[in-house]
Amino acid sequence: MRRSAEISTPGNIAPLGDFTNALVDPDLPTPRGVMGPGGAKADKRFDVYRNNVTVGLVNALVDIFPAVHRLVGDAFFRQMARVYVQAERPHSPLLFEYGGTFPQFLETFAPVEHLSYLADVARLERQWLDAFHAADSKVLEAQDLGAVNPEDLPHARFIRHPAAYVLRSSFAVVSIFSANRSGQSLSHIDPDAAEDGLVSRPHHDVEVRQLPPGAAVFLAMLMDGETLGQAASQAADEAEDFDLATAISGMLEAGIFAGISINTHSKRETIHDQSD
Amino acid sequence: MPATSGAKTHINARFEDKSIPPRAGAGLKAEHVDAILQDDYHIGFLEVHAENYMGDGGAPHRALNAIRQNFPLCVHGVGLSIGSEKALDKVHLDRLKKVVERYEPGLVSEHLAWSTHDNSYYNDLLPVPYDQPTLDRVCDHIDQVQEVLGRKILLENPSTYLQFDHSTMSETDFIAQIARRSGCGLLLDINNVFVSATNQHYRPLTYLSEFPLEKVEEIHLAGHATDTDDDGRPLLIDAHDRPVDDAVWKLYDIVIGQMGPVPTLIEWDNDVPDWPVLRREALRADEILERRAGNYMLGSRHAAVC
Repeated sequence: MRRSAEISTPGNIAPLGDFTNALVDPDLPTPRGVMGPGGAKADKRFDVYRNNVTVGLVNALVDIFPAVHRLVGDAFFRQMARVYVQAERPHSPLLFEYGGTFPQFLETFAPVEHLSYLADVARLERQWLDAFHAADSKVLEAQDLGAVNPEDLPHARFIRHPAAYVLRSSFAVVSIFSANRSGQSLSHIDPDAAEDGLVSRPHHDVEVRQLPPGAAVFLAMLMDGETLGQAASQAADEAEDFDLATAISGMLEAGIFAGISINTHSKRETIHDQSD
Repeated sequence: MPATSGAKTHINARFEDKSIPPRAGAGLKAEHVDAILQDDYHIGFLEVHAENYMGDGGAPHRALNAIRQNFPLCVHGVGLSIGSEKALDKVHLDRLKKVVERYEPGLVSEHLAWSTHDNSYYNDLLPVPYDQPTLDRVCDHIDQVQEVLGRKILLENPSTYLQFDHSTMSETDFIAQIARRSGCGLLLDINNVFVSATNQHYRPLTYLSEFPLEKVEEIHLAGHATDTDDDGRPLLIDAHDRPVDDAVWKLYDIVIGQMGPVPTLIEWDNDVPDWPVLRREALRADEILERRAGNYMLGSRHAAVC
């Protein structure tokens, strides 16, 4: 049974916009202009595409946020992710970039209101994946720092490694993330103990560390291009037990910077750059 | 400019094994990389989804470099949205160019489908109507891709679940015209042929008899799932989550009998098994390719597909 000639005229062709709206909204009817063989009904046929799109994007979110997925359980996560997918489609065919707004969504999604740490766990997981795909780069070594004239050090600025991220949280985000990813129990963790996290890729693999007091502000300022002197002073203001030597050796070990530049008076010296 | 292209070839010649042999290959999964590199069975080639290697760096590129140094490679795009109503995403096309330049694949392919609309990416291979405006647009898009990449691409036939009431030509006619006008080659997915034929109620052999096999440079094989349509009849889903169906192997045997050996990829993208399971599928394709290579005779093309 073919559909009427009236529907088949070019003026009545359903634009792809109708098709795409119906793809992600199960309450919309099957779009005009699609059919099974011989004009047969195509509701279940269109549902194949609906299912492919939604399940595909939900699966992508499961892959990007494995700790959040385990924390809330598979069935719940998938229901929640469907709500997000309807509101927020990827803007790029690079699916590993999807979910940038998922943490904010978690903050406003009432059914997880009691899991106040969840959004920050998602932020850490998003940073982890960004670090995983970030450009390869040299890592600043102790000898690079050692080559700087000690009196120039306070004026030194650093070049952020592409895979380095700092996350400041009011929750035990690193402990929860680490225990979850290594399959350990969370029962000993107080979720309301504030933690600062550091994500980096000093060698091949992405590493996540918890930062000591003052280190987050120290590193965040350096990443923003402030001088070592400014960053150290700010960190000491924030945390009276901030230890500069420990912070510097920690930042070298974690590979947070790719290079260093000294800019005093008219002299400008770059030891090495993100040449990769 | 022969001098320039010659110099470029020299500079870019980082990998050997550029051409894809008429053997079985497999879709590369990160979890199989070590097993493939250590296996005594040296698979004919590997194929990657281009989008998975469009990140800037890190583990994916490290793994693919190791693979590429040991195997010929095909790059298969899934996100270019060649069937789009609107212009191609130039940024994405440039990303594809970068992947192609980085890994020097023997073949580059994309789909007759769309996946992006109004700045949203739907992560599926959505169907196009087979009408003149769509044909013109797809040809323009392929021209653009081939121009930017500086090489021929292969276009893959889709698996479809529905049709558009304003289509004016058959899928095979549509594809044949694209290949003729744009000069692109074709990637024949025989599982897609079987899935679409079942879903659209025609015979797969009829489709194959109308398909321009002389333009086919690669074959895809994959597994499908079975559902039912609105009338309770079988509706096959291109699931890539299980072994290739026997009916698809049978069609493959016939096609290889017609065409002679062609590079043949086993795709398995969901519920991915351990490497030996995928290798078993590849060996089954190798066996057919070897058997048919022995008795394939020039001039027999198209004779038996009817």
